[in-house]
Amino acid sequence: MNFLGVVFDGIAYGSLLFLISVGLSITLGLMNVVNLAHGAFAMFGGYCSVWLTAAWGLPFLWTLPLVCLAGAAVGALAERLLYQRLYRASHLDQVLFSIGLTFMAVAVATYFWGPTQQRVELPAFLRGQARVLGLDLGVYRSFLVGLVVLISVALTGLIEHTRFGAQLRAAVDNQQVSAGLGIPVQRVFCLAFALGSALAALGGALGIELLGLEPSFALEYLVYFLLVVSVGGAGSVRGTAFAALALGLCDVAGKYYVPELGAFVIYALMIVLLMLFPAGLRGRRA
Amino acid sequence: MKLELRNARDLWFWLLPIAGFFAFPDYLVLGSQMLIAGLFALSLDLCLGYAGIISLGHASFFGIGAYTAGLLALHGWHEPLSALCAASLAAALVGLATSLLVVDRQGLTRLMVTLGVGFLLHEVANRASSITGGTDGLSSLELDPVLGLFRFEMSGRTAYVYAGSVGFLAFWFVRRLVRSPFGLALQGVRENAGRMPALGVPVRRRLMAAYTLAAALAGIAGATSAQATGFVGLDSLGFERSASVLIMLVLGGTGRLSGGFVGSAVFLCLQHLLSEHSPAFWQFWLGALVVALTFFARGGLLGGADLALLALRRWRLLPARSAGAGP
Repeated sequence: MNFLGVVFDGIAYGSLLFLISVGLSITLGLMNVVNLAHGAFAMFGGYCSVWLTAAWGLPFLWTLPLVCLAGAAVGALAERLLYQRLYRASHLDQVLFSIGLTFMAVAVATYFWGPTQQRVELPAFLRGQARVLGLDLGVYRSFLVGLVVLISVALTGLIEHTRFGAQLRAAVDNQQVSAGLGIPVQRVFCLAFALGSALAALGGALGIELLGLEPSFALEYLVYFLLVVSVGGAGSVRGTAFAALALGLCDVAGKYYVPELGAFVIYALMIVLLMLFPAGLRGRRA
Repeated sequence: MKLELRNARDLWFWLLPIAGFFAFPDYLVLGSQMLIAGLFALSLDLCLGYAGIISLGHASFFGIGAYTAGLLALHGWHEPLSALCAASLAAALVGLATSLLVVDRQGLTRLMVTLGVGFLLHEVANRASSITGGTDGLSSLELDPVLGLFRFEMSGRTAYVYAGSVGFLAFWFVRRLVRSPFGLALQGVRENAGRMPALGVPVRRRLMAAYTLAAALAGIAGATSAQATGFVGLDSLGFERSASVLIMLVLGGTGRLSGGFVGSAVFLCLQHLLSEHSPAFWQFWLGALVVALTFFARGGLLGGADLALLALRRWRLLPARSAGAGP
């Protein structure tokens, strides 16, 4: 693998991180909820996809829309039943609650699927390598990057050019004034949470091939998602995208060029970035 | 105020571990783990319950202490008490260094820094396997008898009494500390950090001192654990340990010192009973317990007990307590 190959893998990895983390960024920026269970939502998507292919015999790609819907439904339900009680709670309560929820999710996943790695069958046209401009690129990784670019464009459109997006931005800026102007803040919260969960679930399903899927997924990758959000700045989609790409590149490059350091590079980078930019690269709050 | 300072009611609960020593001679190993976990939770209580710093990486200091004690024992230093001091010193140094990063930050950033330091140290221990043994950890540590008299043996008698004594001394120290002007200043900072400078309290220095002391105590807990079990594993630095100590503390009740010991005893007891069925089963009910705690029992078990006592007094089922002698 040459330098460009590492860059490409880093971009693919980063776009996956972005897909999963952007929901967390919205919930943190919008509702100020430290949701450590976000990794569990992504894991839910992964297992959903595995279950649909195994039990219903659906091809992997067809499970993706269903996974999105299931993620949105579970997200909306969790928001209405559980998370909305925590908006005014302390960070400690939110942390504990979401750790508890994660433990439950990990236990349920272990109970149904066991502690082993899960696999999905990719369709034939997404397997293997393609030669582009003298560079061997993984087809699935290219597909992933393309899909995430499409989703980001759609997401940016949604947030910047629709009524819902305007309401969302207003609610992030100032909840009370938005509510005073007649924006249904509760409903916006619920929809945003559902959207974030749907994207996380989709990311979890798409990530089976890259990140793997086992019950410890929820905790193992959680730190990466939190990292992306805190470095990118909670509530900022562009900041999240930038941080996800940067961290994806650094992680892949670090593991490729200095494998003996392992994940050390990424944690050290995170602490340095948090020291330099306490509110995130594009954060709105100090 | 004076009445409260002399009030020794909270020392009574130390009769329970003494009673436990005679009542459950077959469970002393589990008992010593409860005491060690209680000591660890006590250190977090100083940090969280009094100084108001939420840490998701408190296991860092437990692990530093454990590895220091383990490495000393492995490289020919077999005396346990001096190793305990060395471990506490090492943890305090790391605590002081990281406190610089932690106290200046707020909210999510602060949480992430503690989390990041925890993951960083875990990865360092994982990678530096020539020193730390990597995933195998450090095992078959050899220790001299405590005070030259009591050898660590299989039944856990020495470990129990050792952990209990260390735990009691730490408890007594922290109890004195939180009732001193330093401790009162910490509680003031926890309640309103913005106003404390007006009272002449150097907020940053107080928080750094509290964080460092909490780290030192956590290091002692880790070292005690290494000496009592004769083993140090990578899990002593892991996120799961940071999360479980937080849960133990909140389960017992924060900001009341004895909460950590009560919480860890109940936690490990439940773990012992429920994980016999299967580890996943235990994990599920642990999660459910934590979720229920955040929704229904903010004060933890001791907070709930206080409310129950209050209710009983209100209904005149118990005699009213004299004024001014609150916990």
